Amino acid sequence: MDLRDTPEEAAFRAELRAWVESNLTDEIRRGRFEEAGRDWSRKLHEAGYAGLTWPKEYGGASAPYSHQAIFLEEMARAEAPPHVGVIGLGMAGPTIIAHGTDAQKEKHLEKILSTEEIWCQGFSEPGAGSDLSAVRTTALLALEGDHFVVDGQKVWSSFAHIADWCILVTRSDPDSERHAGLTYLLVDMHAPGVDVRPLRQITGEAEFNEIFFTDVKVPVENVVGEIGGGWQVAMTTLLHERGTLGFALTAGLESQIRKLIALAKEKGATEVQRDAIAYEWIGLQAVRYTNYRSLTTLMKTGIPGPEGSGAKLWWSEANQRVTKLALELLGSEAQLLSANGNRQPGYWQHQQLRSRGNTIEAGTSEILRNIIAERVLGLPRSR
Amino acid sequence: MEFAFSQEQDELRREARSYLESNADAPLADLRELGWLGVSVPEERGGGGLSFVDEAILFEEAGRALYTGPFLTTAIVLPALAHVDDNAWSVELDGLVPHLDVVDKVLREDMTTVAAEGESLETMDETRPLGRLAKNDGDSVDGDFEPVRLRLLAALALEAVGVAQKALELGVEYVSAREQFGKKIGTYQAVSHPLADTYVETELARSLAYWAAWCVAQESEQHGEQAPVAVVVAAAKALAAETAVAACERSIQVHGGIGFTWEHVLHRYYKRAQWIDAFGGHAAKQREVVAAHLLD
Repeated sequence: MDLRDTPEEAAFRAELRAWVESNLTDEIRRGRFEEAGRDWSRKLHEAGYAGLTWPKEYGGASAPYSHQAIFLEEMARAEAPPHVGVIGLGMAGPTIIAHGTDAQKEKHLEKILSTEEIWCQGFSEPGAGSDLSAVRTTALLALEGDHFVVDGQKVWSSFAHIADWCILVTRSDPDSERHAGLTYLLVDMHAPGVDVRPLRQITGEAEFNEIFFTDVKVPVENVVGEIGGGWQVAMTTLLHERGTLGFALTAGLESQIRKLIALAKEKGATEVQRDAIAYEWIGLQAVRYTNYRSLTTLMKTGIPGPEGSGAKLWWSEANQRVTKLALELLGSEAQLLSANGNRQPGYWQHQQLRSRGNTIEAGTSEILRNIIAERVLGLPRSR
Repeated sequence: MEFAFSQEQDELRREARSYLESNADAPLADLRELGWLGVSVPEERGGGGLSFVDEAILFEEAGRALYTGPFLTTAIVLPALAHVDDNAWSVELDGLVPHLDVVDKVLREDMTTVAAEGESLETMDETRPLGRLAKNDGDSVDGDFEPVRLRLLAALALEAVGVAQKALELGVEYVSAREQFGKKIGTYQAVSHPLADTYVETELARSLAYWAAWCVAQESEQHGEQAPVAVVVAAAKALAAETAVAACERSIQVHGGIGFTWEHVLHRYYKRAQWIDAFGGHAAKQREVVAAHLLD
């Protein structure tokens, strides 16, 4: 047991920190996400920080997971914007590497790394949220046998409005049920029949989209894995979504708690609020060190330890408490969108409203508790 | 960065678990025979020459087995002495001495040692009475009390993790077997979800307790976050103690009536958890230390 960076990790961290200091400009920090985020993502790629854990043969750095963890920590420390290609880098790319054809790898991987292709995810549907196996978007093989015709609707898709490609879970056998008969497709978002509509959310902005597919032709060479074997491929994607997710979440929470502490120092805190702030800081450290335990297991065995399964659950509820606590510290001004030219109230209102999505997106808290109960604790299955 | 125990440490855990499961009432002398006292004291001072991280495993396993003897108090005092001796030790904190009735000597906050004489008082946890020392003059010991206090709080956090883990295991075992309305009750989410919460909290508390143990072993400022060891230890004790109490309460609840009986072992874990939370300051008291560090 040694909780310090190894000399090699410390060198990577120092080099990265120096690079961020000279490359992360205020323009990028404050710019609109779509443009500034792209610039930033390109810079990351040029410096070799995109696809750190991807194998070298596919343009990655073949770096250990610890580098990815350090990368996420340092990005949060510097308040850097997220990479616009997170879905490509974290989900589509690793899925193509694991299950894709040589042609798919050749066509997409380099462009995912360079941000030339932005990706989105077409999994959830109005009738298939927690239960992905209820997918109803159809992909019917045309008589010619060279393409599928896709019809249906996807929802809660981040980045779809700027995306070039979509990883899409479809039902290719209309007579099939649940996990069978699903096919995983790579779909060109610029193809005729793809219609993206922004989904205005509780915060007033549109971070997610609905995607409508009407008679969209998708060539059979865009199938990932086997026709009808889409469930297994989708599970690979979700495994990667949850892989080093813990570190990204912890990094975000750390940044929130840093702001919360600054706010408490500025506005003053009651004894009860001081206790609550200490509680959240303790929880943050606990999630951080649990991530480290899980990471150590991941690096030794290739599979993250089960203890990491609670990270998202804790983070989502903590983020809801932290943002509410901030509004409480603001007092009566908490309801103003800006106070005396200071945009702080608006920031926290936005964060608080947004946090309500945290316990729903990427696995609802109820589903996560089911997973822990059944797969980690081995309790009898409820379904 | 490597946050895992070594193979030797895992082996020590297996030995400790196997022994303590059937010897929760063994005399302290038997644990000394096994080499479990003075583990983290350098060899030239009569100790095992290992670290507090190794000792951490024993504290956790003692909590899991609800070991009854004065192991924890003896183990955290020994490193403060010039040489490991054969006494059973305890420590005085806030005027109270755990196990005063069975130990030989006591280390006080002013770094004097006295014979264990005084009045022993019953506690809710029958296996861990507290006592008040008689007014005797003591012998001085070199060094500060602070490292002793830090070892004590870290050890209590580790013990609490063992308690929480056992309460969780008892709950999981029970709801996997018990049937009502023709179904295993563990299939009901109102039953399984509280246990999932206990699992998450126990793993979080475990991480902090191990972090605290590592910081105590390093005897230096830890990495990353600029938090002194005293803050890390306070954080670990706060979370672990509350986690253990909640773990027992949820386990009692999912056990139903049997969990509320004297006959079932759960109430003993519940009382130990509350003892741990109280001694050296409840969770809210520990969080004051953290809050002062963050805000003042």
